[in-house]
Amino acid sequence: MMIHLTRHPLEVDALLAEVQGPERGGTCVFVGTVRNDADVTGIDYSAYEPMAFAEIERILSDAQAQWPEARVMLQHRLGLIPVGEASIAIVAAAPHRDDAFAACRYVIEEVKKRLPIWKKELHTDGTATWVDPSGKPVAGGLRDR
Amino acid sequence: MGKVSVRFFARYAELAGCESAAVLVSGNPATVADVIARIREVFPGTQAMPPRPLAALNQRQVHLDAPVSDGDEVALLPPLSGG
Repeated sequence: MMIHLTRHPLEVDALLAEVQGPERGGTCVFVGTVRNDADVTGIDYSAYEPMAFAEIERILSDAQAQWPEARVMLQHRLGLIPVGEASIAIVAAAPHRDDAFAACRYVIEEVKKRLPIWKKELHTDGTATWVDPSGKPVAGGLRDR
Repeated sequence: MGKVSVRFFARYAELAGCESAAVLVSGNPATVADVIARIREVFPGTQAMPPRPLAALNQRQVHLDAPVSDGDEVALLPPLSGG
């Protein structure tokens, strides 16, 4: 069984092998990488791992229900990830491209809404900030919003 | 009266000063909101959490009025930022 959470670099080829088949003519790949925002050197990803794993299974199951002929798989990396390296990879294969694109898009949007995973941005000056997508980054430590 | 285990993650673990705790709650039934109120008393740092933080009960996101039972696990989740 594919490991959904890993502390090692992601291997897209291994994910593709999980979903591709001769009856599926379209494959869509989404790879999210750590961006070089301002003075960011990397992002430390942490998770509520048992829930994150269960939620990934539920998201994939929901995608399977919506696109029964598609096969979708995802892997999320945890721990310190340097700028330029991938934090998430999603692959979706379907008989035709519309379903592959739709399933892949669905999964990344659900990931953003549902996975209990958190980012701490590390900066060149040695400081760190928690990323809060609902507002401004919050300084590491005890500062309130 | 029920014993509920509580888990803190990311910034909330920093605010609480720990990653897990156990609290006793009473109510008929007690809710996730009651657990959070108790946590704010026991771990004053968590008073800096928003008034209505995201929460999970036994690994599923729930509303704060969800009832809790003895042995449940409540997780307090900072704004999600996966991907």
